[in-house]
Amino acid sequence: MTEDRVSYTLDSTLETVDNAEQTASRIAAEAGFDDDEVMRIGMAVREAAVNAVLHGNAYDPGKKVTLDFEKTGDDLVITIRDQGKGLDLNNIPDPLAPENLLKTSGRGIFLIRSFMDDVQIHPSHTGTEIKLIKHVPGSTEGGKEASQ
Amino acid sequence: MSMKASTRQIDGISIVDCSGRITLGEGSITLRDTVRDLLSKNQKKILLNLGEVNYIDSSGIGELVSAFTTVRNQGGELKLLNLTKKVHDLLQITKLYTVFDVKDDEAVAVKSFS
Repeated sequence: MTEDRVSYTLDSTLETVDNAEQTASRIAAEAGFDDDEVMRIGMAVREAAVNAVLHGNAYDPGKKVTLDFEKTGDDLVITIRDQGKGLDLNNIPDPLAPENLLKTSGRGIFLIRSFMDDVQIHPSHTGTEIKLIKHVPGSTEGGKEASQ
Repeated sequence: MSMKASTRQIDGISIVDCSGRITLGEGSITLRDTVRDLLSKNQKKILLNLGEVNYIDSSGIGELVSAFTTVRNQGGELKLLNLTKKVHDLLQITKLYTVFDVKDDEAVAVKSFS
């Protein structure tokens, strides 16, 4: 099993959001995901980066976003951390609820969960860490991939 | 590539040909400004042609919803035309596909406005 890890420390800017998406798409493509999955992984990372930059760090130039990519034989694991107040997991509305359908925000976490195999969110008073996991195609634990 | 929008008129319908990405920042702002500009000219029948939009994020989805409700609240109609598969799939999983009036033929779409 090969193991690769790369980390980035990024400013709390819109450029970071674009960079995170582009980097995730490149790494996902290199990991062997097809074009549709590359787009989904890129979008999940983009949404997580948006949350980190806007809602976590609130564009604070003194706060950073860290982005880690780790590829094991079975999974691509992407971790995004911010230095904000910590996401309130009890305050994430269901965007599919009829009363929320026409709201103009609140779909980011939903899209992330839709596009990744596993999503782990760890808020704390020093920031939020969100871990996005996607099974690498052809890996031993990639049953969900094979069934899609 | 950020979003580009150009507007043309057919039979009193404003057709906005969009291309590129509707995402947080420039893309969403371009869409918002375009719709606001049309409404300011009392052009309230708007057909957004998304045939060349290859990417949209949650902010872009929010901007589409905002445009839809803003136009409707002013007594107008906003419909979508020529969704790419990616945009179609996004509207499906967010349950917005049934909220929007989505067309795949421009002539039919133009005639569908009341």
